[in-house]
Amino acid sequence: MNPEYNFAFLDEGSKREIRRSILKAVAVPGYQVPFGSRELPIGRGWGTGGIQLTLSLIGPRDVLKVIDQGSDDSVNAVNIKKFINLCSDVATTTDSTEATLIQTRHRIPEEPLRNDQLLVFQVPLPEPLRVIEPSEEATKLMHAEADYTGIWLQLYESIMKYGKVTIATEYPVTVEDRYVMNPSPIPKYDNPRLHESECLYLFGAGREKKIYAIPPHTKVVSLAFDDVPFEIEHMEGRRCRLCGAENVYFDELIDRETGAVSYQCSDTGYCSKRRLRKEADC
Amino acid sequence: MAYVAVSGGQEAIEESIRLLHCMRGSTFKELEVEAIEKKLGLLVDRVMSESGLYAPAYAALALKQAEGSIEEAVFLLRAYRSTLSRNYYTLPASGTEMRAVRRISAAFKDIQGGQILGATYDYTHRLIEFNQPSAVELCARRQCCLKEAKPVPVVKLPRVSEYLKAEGLIDSCEIDDMEPVDVTKNVLEFPADRSARLQTLTRADGGFIGGLAYSSIRGYGAVHPTVGELRCGYVELEVPYLFDETESICIGEILLTEVEGFIPEDDDKKLKLAVGYGAVLGRNENKAISMAVLDASLETEGPTPAQDEEFVLLHGDSLEMNGFISHLKLPHYVTFQSKLDSVRKTRKEPEHES
Repeated sequence: MNPEYNFAFLDEGSKREIRRSILKAVAVPGYQVPFGSRELPIGRGWGTGGIQLTLSLIGPRDVLKVIDQGSDDSVNAVNIKKFINLCSDVATTTDSTEATLIQTRHRIPEEPLRNDQLLVFQVPLPEPLRVIEPSEEATKLMHAEADYTGIWLQLYESIMKYGKVTIATEYPVTVEDRYVMNPSPIPKYDNPRLHESECLYLFGAGREKKIYAIPPHTKVVSLAFDDVPFEIEHMEGRRCRLCGAENVYFDELIDRETGAVSYQCSDTGYCSKRRLRKEADC
Repeated sequence: MAYVAVSGGQEAIEESIRLLHCMRGSTFKELEVEAIEKKLGLLVDRVMSESGLYAPAYAALALKQAEGSIEEAVFLLRAYRSTLSRNYYTLPASGTEMRAVRRISAAFKDIQGGQILGATYDYTHRLIEFNQPSAVELCARRQCCLKEAKPVPVVKLPRVSEYLKAEGLIDSCEIDDMEPVDVTKNVLEFPADRSARLQTLTRADGGFIGGLAYSSIRGYGAVHPTVGELRCGYVELEVPYLFDETESICIGEILLTEVEGFIPEDDDKKLKLAVGYGAVLGRNENKAISMAVLDASLETEGPTPAQDEEFVLLHGDSLEMNGFISHLKLPHYVTFQSKLDSVRKTRKEPEHES
C-alpha cells in the first residue's frame, strides 16, 4: 500500500456518499440510483463503476477476487487488482469461495456464491431501454410509469425476423415484477443465477453514474414470451480442454497453426481448481 | 496455445510499462516541466480547461508524463482531483472585474473601455519558421517589451451587452444567486440547470464542442452568433474569511477567456437579441466561442444535434468519451462468444427451427 493515498483511494466522504447510494439501490431492487461518480486513475468504461463500489465497501479484512470475462489473469483484472493494492492491503484470491468481495466484468463465477459474499458487476450501459430510446429524460419516465412496451416489441420483432430472440449478452430481466434491468453484459447462461440468489449483487456504472442492486432472494426473470421461452447459449457437446468440465460457459479457442477449434472454461479460477483437485486425486 | 494472450497479464503489463519508458527515452534532451508550462502555454491551458483543475505546473507535469497526449494528461489531473478534499468554495467572481490582456468585439468598432488586440495568432501568416529564435533571444525580447510598457491602472470594463440591455434589445434578468449545481458531485439531470450546462460545456473536450458549434453555425442548427465581446485576462478569486463571514481573502488569480455571443431571437412579432455565454480556463478562445454558440443553441428548439441537450452534454467529456472508446480494446471473449451464438443460431438449417 502506498501511504500517500487514503485507504481505498477515495476520501471517506466520497465513500460514504457512494454507500448511501448502495443502500438505496438495495432498498429498491433493479432501480438505477444516480450517484456522483468520481474520476479514478483507471479509464471510464474500464470498470470504474465497479471499482468505486469496491473501494467504498472494502475493509482491511476483506479478501478480494477480480475477474474480467471470467479470467483472473486478464490484463484488466490484473490492473484493477494492482490499483486496489496500491491503496489498500487487502488479500486477493482467485478462488471464488474464499473471496468476500468479487468484482467482475461480464461473468458470474461458476461456483454458487454464499450470503456472506458480494458480487460487484462492472456495467458499461446500465439503461436497458437505451436501445429503444436514446434520451435519459424519456427512459426515466418510462421506468417511472413501468412502460416497457418498447422492449417487448423489440423482442417480438426479433422473433418475427429471425425466429428467435437475438439479444446476446445484456439480456434484460424484470426484477421483483417491477423494474426492467440490464444485468450488464453477462452471457444469457448467467442470467438464471441472478434469480433467488444467496449473495448480494451490486452493479456500478461509473461513466453513466448509476448504481443498482439485486438483493439476496429476489425474483429475477429474463424477459420472454410464454410460447418462445428464454434460451441460453448453446453449450451442449462442448468440453473444457483443460479440466474436462461440461455445461459451463466456454471460451472458444482457435489453434493458430491448425485452425482446430477447442473449448476452455471461461471461469479460470473454477477451471484451475478442478485441475488441482484432479491432480490430487491421482 | 498462445491465443490466450491475456494469461500472464501481470508480466505483460510490466513489460508494456517498460516499453512506455522506452518511448520517452529516445533522446538525452531533458524536457523541463517549466519549459512546458511557459512555452506550451496554450496546450497547458487546454489540459487545465478539460480537466477542470487550474494548476499550470501540474498540467505541465502531466503532459510530460503522457508524451504530450491531451487526453492522458487530462486523465491524470482528473484522477488527482478525486483525491483532494475541498476546503473552500470561492465567492462568485465576475468577468467584469477582469484584468484584461485582450478584449475584442466583432459587433461594434468602438466599445466602452476600448478594444485590446493583445496576443493572438489570428493575424499571423501560418508559415512554419525554420529558424526560430532561441530561448535567450525570446527572453530578451520579452524584457524589452516589459521595459517599454508603462503600467496602466486596472479599469473595470463594462460588458458590451450592458449597452444593449439598456436599450432593451437584450432581456435584463435579476441576478440569480441560487447555489449552482456541482456537476462533479451530482449526476446531470435533464432538463439541466443552466449552471450544470455551463460547467459541463466548459470542461468538455475542445474538439468535440468545436465540431458541434461548427455544425450549428454551418447549417445543422439555428445559431450563427456575432461575437459581442471576447475578453481574456486575469480574475481574482476570493474565499470567505474564516473568522468573519462578512470579509473575504483573495487566494490568487486565474487566467480566463470569456465570450458573449449575440443572436437575433423572436420577441412576439418583433425581434430581440439572445446572448450565449462562454467562459473557459486559460487562453482558449475558440472553445469559449463554441461554448457560447452551444449555450445559445440549447435554448432553441429543433431537431439538430446542437439543439439536443442530452446529445451535447453527455458526449463531450474527455474522460468519458476516451474511456469508453478505449475500453473496446479490452477482451470481449465472453460477450463475443454470446454474440456469435446468437448469429449462428439464426443461420441453423430450418429443420432445427420449431
